[in-house]
This record gives sequence, C-alpha cells and structure tokens, in this order.
Amino acid sequence: MQEALLTQTIYFEIGPLAFSQSLVTSLTLTILLVLLAASLTHHLLITPTKLQSMAEAIMGVIENAINEVLPQYSRQVLPFIATLWLFLLFANLVGLIPGLQSPTRDLSITAALAILVFFSVHWFGIRSQGLANYLRHYLKPNPLLLPFHLISEFTRTVALAIRLFGNMMSLEIAALLVLLVAGFLAPIPILMLHIIEALVQAYIFGMLALVYVAGSIQSQIISRKHSMTRA
Amino acid sequence: MSDMSFFVTSSTVAALAAIAFGVMIPALAMGWSISKAMEALSRQPEAEKAITRSLFIGLAMIESLAIYVLVIVLIVLFRNPLLEYLLN
Repeated sequence: MQEALLTQTIYFEIGPLAFSQSLVTSLTLTILLVLLAASLTHHLLITPTKLQSMAEAIMGVIENAINEVLPQYSRQVLPFIATLWLFLLFANLVGLIPGLQSPTRDLSITAALAILVFFSVHWFGIRSQGLANYLRHYLKPNPLLLPFHLISEFTRTVALAIRLFGNMMSLEIAALLVLLVAGFLAPIPILMLHIIEALVQAYIFGMLALVYVAGSIQSQIISRKHSMTRA
Repeated sequence: MSDMSFFVTSSTVAALAAIAFGVMIPALAMGWSISKAMEALSRQPEAEKAITRSLFIGLAMIESLAIYVLVIVLIVLFRNPLLEYLLN
C-alpha cells in the first residue's frame, strides 16, 4: 500500500524515458483537449450552436476573471492562463474515474507546470518592458533586498508545485483510508469533497500564476509611473 | 527498549504531534482571515469579487503550510531517510 501511495506505476520505458501512469494520463488528456478545442473552433458560426455557445461561455468567464486582475494585458496572458485552468480542471477531475489517477498527484507533473509558470513570469515581464527594465525591478526598492527577491522567486515556484501535489494526494489518501476503515458507500462524501477541491485547486493554481505574471508586469509599470511623476 | 522499537515509537509520536499542530495553527489562521474577510464584505458588499479573490489566494497560501506538514509527516512515516543508518 505504501508503494501505491507515494510512487507511480510505470507502464513502459523507451530508452531513459519512463512512461509512468501520470505521464500517459496527462498526455492523453492533452491530446483529447486539443482535439476538443480544434473541433469546437472548426466551424464558428455567427448564430452559435449549443456547443459553441457553451465554449464561448467558458471562455467568457475565464476572460472576465483575467480582465479583473490584468486589464491591459489580458489578451497576452489569456492563452497561457486559460490553458492552465482547463488542463488542471480536467487533470484533477480525472482521478474520479475508476481505474485512473489524477496526473496532478504526481510531483513530477505539478513541478513541470510550476516550472512553466516560473519561466512565463519572466517571459511576460521581459516582453512587456524589456530586459533591462525587468532586471532593474529586482534592485527595487533597495539593492539590499536582491537576495530576498531571488529566494521568493524560487520558493514560490516550489510552493506552487507542492501545494497542488499535496492537496490531490492527500485527498486520494483520505478516500483510500476511509474505504479501508468503513467500506461500502462511506467514501462518497469524500469523493464529493474531491470534486470541490479539484475545482478550487485548479482555480488557485491558475490564479496564483496570473497574480505572479501580473506582478512581474505591473511592478515595472508602477515604478515607471512613479519615476515619471517625480521627473 | 531496542533501537528499532524506539525509532518506530518516536517517529509515530512525532508524526502525530506534527500533524496535530500543523492542522491546528493553519486552521486558526484561516478562521481569522475568513472572519476578517466577512467583516470587509459586510462593510463593502460591492467589493465582493476583489475580497473573494484575495481571500482565496490567502487561504491557499495558509493551506499550503498544512500541506507541507502533511508531506513531511508522510516522508517520516513511509520514506524515512534516517532508517538506513539503523538498518545497516
């Protein structure tokens, strides 16, 4: 049981690359989501069909949520954040299907997503204001704070990965333990909690990524405004 | 008491104490922040979206502390790296 709790079953290996269950699940999920998106956007109509208006409603909600945090740059960051949200939503919920595991209960998958967030924070920051301006914000308000800036960059990425992994893993362990103790029908409330938690964790991961990106873009805008008013 | 049974007892006690405190204190912090958010909400209901968003982010931050404790407790219980010294 311990083995099943903390490690992943490996399906097959190609050279040094081991295809674990979580990797296969998330790859399949990615392909399915891409196919779904392609089929939904294939024939866009002025008077939408039911499916199209459903997809438009989902995108509208996501766009509104991004607009509230980052109004000027919402078009730029929308693809990344919306992809994170949709992928995490499905990845968290896949664990409810019998025989499948959430890919997000594997630390490798969440770490990969957190690394993506780490790089995209710098990418959006540099893209909005240029490299020199972006690097300068590490020296503000005082060059003494540079180590703290660097530590916070590192720890928040680790925290992002561990948070999602720990939440999903602990939920599955809780369901498993209740099943061992009580058996028939008793784990169903825990599974309902699983649905809520999957939604909340997907929301939080995407929202934190959005807030970090917004921080890297806006720190320079604010400091630029500040220097303009002073000049 | 042999080394092994002392190790098992102490790691179990330590894990239980850690998870107890690691749940208690973040729970207090979460309750505190939720009550403050409710106060803010009753004072300014029109700022509901901004309050909810920052409340959720803050709760996630606090919750991750409890999750760190859980991860460390699981490591101590199932994958204790110090066990090697005892077994060799």
